Amino acid sequence: MTADIVRQPMPSDDAEPSERPVIEGIGLTKHFKVRAKRFGARGTVHAAEDVSIALHAGRVTAVVGESGSGKSTVSRMLARIAEPTSGQLLLDGQPVQLGRSVSREYRARVQLVLQDPFASLNPVHKVRYILGRPLKIHGYTGEDIGQTILHLLRRVALEPAEQFIDKYPHELSGGQRQRIAIARALAVQPKVLLADEPVSMLDVSIRLGILNLLADLRDREGLAILYVTHDIASARYLADTIAVMYAGRIIERGPAREITDNPTHPYTKLLLSAAPDPDAADATWAGARGAPPSLVTPPSGCRFHPRCPYAMPVCSERTPPTFAVGPAHGSDCWLYDSSAESSAAPGGAIP
Amino acid sequence: MTADGGRDLNRPVLQIQNLSVDYGMGDEPVHAVDGVDLTIHRGEVLGLAGESGSGKSTLAYAVTRLLRDPGVIVDGDAFFYHYPKDGGQPIKVDLLSSDKDVVRSVRWSEIAVVFQSALHALNPVLRVGTLLDDVLKAHNSQMTRRQRRARSIELLEMVGISGDRLGSYPHELSGGMRQRVMIAIAIALHPQLLIMDEPTTALDVVIQREILEELMQLRERLGFSVLFITHDLSLLIEIADTIAVMYAGKLVERAPARALFHAPRHPYTYGLVNSFPSLHGEQRQMTGIKGSPPDLRHVPSGCPFHPRCAHAMPECVTTTPPLIQVEDETGRRDVSCWLHDGRHSVPVELGISPSEAALSPGRVTAPALEDGEL
Repeated sequence: MTADIVRQPMPSDDAEPSERPVIEGIGLTKHFKVRAKRFGARGTVHAAEDVSIALHAGRVTAVVGESGSGKSTVSRMLARIAEPTSGQLLLDGQPVQLGRSVSREYRARVQLVLQDPFASLNPVHKVRYILGRPLKIHGYTGEDIGQTILHLLRRVALEPAEQFIDKYPHELSGGQRQRIAIARALAVQPKVLLADEPVSMLDVSIRLGILNLLADLRDREGLAILYVTHDIASARYLADTIAVMYAGRIIERGPAREITDNPTHPYTKLLLSAAPDPDAADATWAGARGAPPSLVTPPSGCRFHPRCPYAMPVCSERTPPTFAVGPAHGSDCWLYDSSAESSAAPGGAIP
Repeated sequence: MTADGGRDLNRPVLQIQNLSVDYGMGDEPVHAVDGVDLTIHRGEVLGLAGESGSGKSTLAYAVTRLLRDPGVIVDGDAFFYHYPKDGGQPIKVDLLSSDKDVVRSVRWSEIAVVFQSALHALNPVLRVGTLLDDVLKAHNSQMTRRQRRARSIELLEMVGISGDRLGSYPHELSGGMRQRVMIAIAIALHPQLLIMDEPTTALDVVIQREILEELMQLRERLGFSVLFITHDLSLLIEIADTIAVMYAGKLVERAPARALFHAPRHPYTYGLVNSFPSLHGEQRQMTGIKGSPPDLRHVPSGCPFHPRCAHAMPECVTTTPPLIQVEDETGRRDVSCWLHDGRHSVPVELGISPSEAALSPGRVTAPALEDGEL
């Protein structure tokens, strides 16, 4: 299990002696400077704060959150498109030198698939060029490029591959385009695939095809996959581990089913109760009590405290660390602080 | 049919008959809507589900006469029934052949539309108060300025926005608030029908839930009917009374919401229902639907779904199935599939009894019903 994404206060004997993560971010923080004076907002957007996340070979980790929660920023930091303001990045256990130009080796290990396959593929080039270019840049030569491209197309289940290789993006459907985008990422034999909302632009009936393809790549080829999404039901379907983000922080993480079946953080509960759920028998909606905060001036302490129905004095004063609430299941919420005599016992005051 | 929970399913509000809409004329028109029959009753929430290109939005634009070139209504009728307050006989308005002025008087005062992108639907240089005031002034010339202002504040508060937001411009509001303003403008004149075209698709899930809850409360209070258009079938199950599913311009199934979800009859509906992973129960492999939605310039012959259908038969390729009425204990439903014409044996997963399915909280699956662990 990916127990080691859970930080300090977790009892260490809970963590399995799992294999080393392929890529690991420790305390990743990203601040964006806002300079637009004419909007009167001059300051810093705290897009991601102290995010620790580890991706393991043969596992899918989902990052779930609303817009502005920082989930895409996390994937972009791991892809090193956005350099972290602070924090550490380990690739195969080796620290990555941040702040320098990204090496070709890093790019060959870590690849990113973007949300919109209508925008991410250059419309003037054929599939052969789109898939051949990363191969050429990374040193493949000569005749085997054609064969490698056909093999790539088969890996993403675009068959017969010979028919697809000379098509332009506009001749393909959305699902087929997203498969090309995934094939392009796979061209350089990465160990880590970062998929940022890979299905949200696609038609409903073909989304599962892409999710199943990602599951296949995990199972057959042992890729470490990050699945960034706003759809917690699809995260439950695909992922082994789910991390829930709110206002730039991971507030709960654990095994996928554990998060959706036994959520502990009040925000995770809110998110789950808001998700469309045709299987639930007439669930009641308690209300959302406001909206996510400004990331220029985030609330002190726990960033969810202004909206939290269980907020206590400590919540606005100190940021909660991760408390263990189950095997490999951690929750950043003071309600689960078993050392505090005044706090409510988990399961007691918490419905 | 019977009246059910304040909904009067005997009295139609909007009746669409054999509606066909093409884009472009000449040799190769695209048949965006192809012979659709659909009736919305008083107080009913009708969900219209379909993927992009299925014609669901075109249908809404056509019946409100908001369709722009190159869209052409080539066939069919759409009637709106206006029920007078004193309970007299309904007045029937022909939406498609009436004069533009007649349609304009009905549109918004009787049929209001909420579009997906409120940022684009609201004029960016006018304040919220002006936008509301315009609607009231255009349709209620006897209202005074003071009355209009009071009504504007009342409307904003009905959708959960404080009245002092009258002076705000659309860009000063969040996405959820903009969509709420759209709803306030839509209900300003007490319409009998609200057409909502993907009203919450661009919003976050928590805000979506808030707006839907408010909308359903307003519906209970004001009693309007809703035509709710979305690609998100899982959302419709919770809010709609009846769901109609469109595919490639055609209506493929129409049934009571729960029956449609738990016991779909059309293979496409079945595939669509099984494209939404559940939040409960075992994590099981789901397949979605093989292939892609068709290119509307080259719609497959016969049943447009046959190239993607696991049960396709020779006649599916040659002949388009009509809407066949199927009776079960949930009442009548319509399904456009040859499997249900009485001459074929219905595959197990398309013949589940809705009452059986309702006992199991899980979803209908091909081999057996999964038990939901709630």
